[in-house]
Amino acid sequence: MNNVSEAIQGVPLNYYIWLSTTLFVIGVLGVLYRRNVIIIFMCIELMLNAVNLLMVAFSAHHNEGSGQVFVFFIMAVAAAEVAVGLAILIVIYNNTKSTDINILNKLKW
Amino acid sequence: MVVFSRNPIYNVLYLVITFLCVGGHYLLLSADFLFAVHIIVYAGAIMVLFLYVIMLLNLNKETEPQKNTFFKFAAIITAGLLMIVIVGALRASEAAMVAFDNHNNIGLVKNLGKMLFNEFLLPFEIVSLLLLTAMVGAVMLGKNHMKRVKEVAKNKNGRATISTLPVQPVKELTHE
Repeated sequence: MNNVSEAIQGVPLNYYIWLSTTLFVIGVLGVLYRRNVIIIFMCIELMLNAVNLLMVAFSAHHNEGSGQVFVFFIMAVAAAEVAVGLAILIVIYNNTKSTDINILNKLKW
Repeated sequence: MVVFSRNPIYNVLYLVITFLCVGGHYLLLSADFLFAVHIIVYAGAIMVLFLYVIMLLNLNKETEPQKNTFFKFAAIITAGLLMIVIVGALRASEAAMVAFDNHNNIGLVKNLGKMLFNEFLLPFEIVSLLLLTAMVGAVMLGKNHMKRVKEVAKNKNGRATISTLPVQPVKELTHE
């Protein structure tokens, strides 16, 4: 474990920035590409995770704990968002029998 | 894979794999507490919630109407442009090689807990209030849904008596 930990210290911060950027762009692509609301939710989770990973990387490299505390808060907010969003999604599905977002473009039925 | 897979179940499973990889990065960055929380919350709770909703709504077959190709090309081009913009902006920033502290143990539960309950006590309490609010909201939405399902079932069963009967309270569905 010490060897692994020393090896990961050699990884520059730039690589984490690229990885987070890639994850974030994949999330944006998913939001734009798909029409299923569940998959759009999952892509939003992916974007939140990209930001979380970048914050943890910066926090570890700067030896500063507040980034990890913020990641903890982001996780709590994401959990709340998913719970409420999926409840809304179930209600919408029972009204329209679909999870297509183009049905919802009037915000009424 | 998360984006392009047709079956929503496979999307969720690929997303679980992605989350496990991100959790591995947390562990390698010596953020042990965040690794545990990440695995429990994301892979444990949120993904189960997604799978449960997908199976509840019976979406596992391919029923999704696809966007036309113009929108697909527009989405791919937009995402590519965003990637180019972010890469171009970050290339100029040239993040310096920050010296990685050798005694890096801020990710442990002890140090993180001290920081969480000293400096960040007020946001912690606000987050707890937010979670409570989200729980109440989700339960309210689910309760309306149960009432509607029950009315639909009643319409199917006795449609002659539905006009005379008052709407039954839903207590027998909600209390356990």
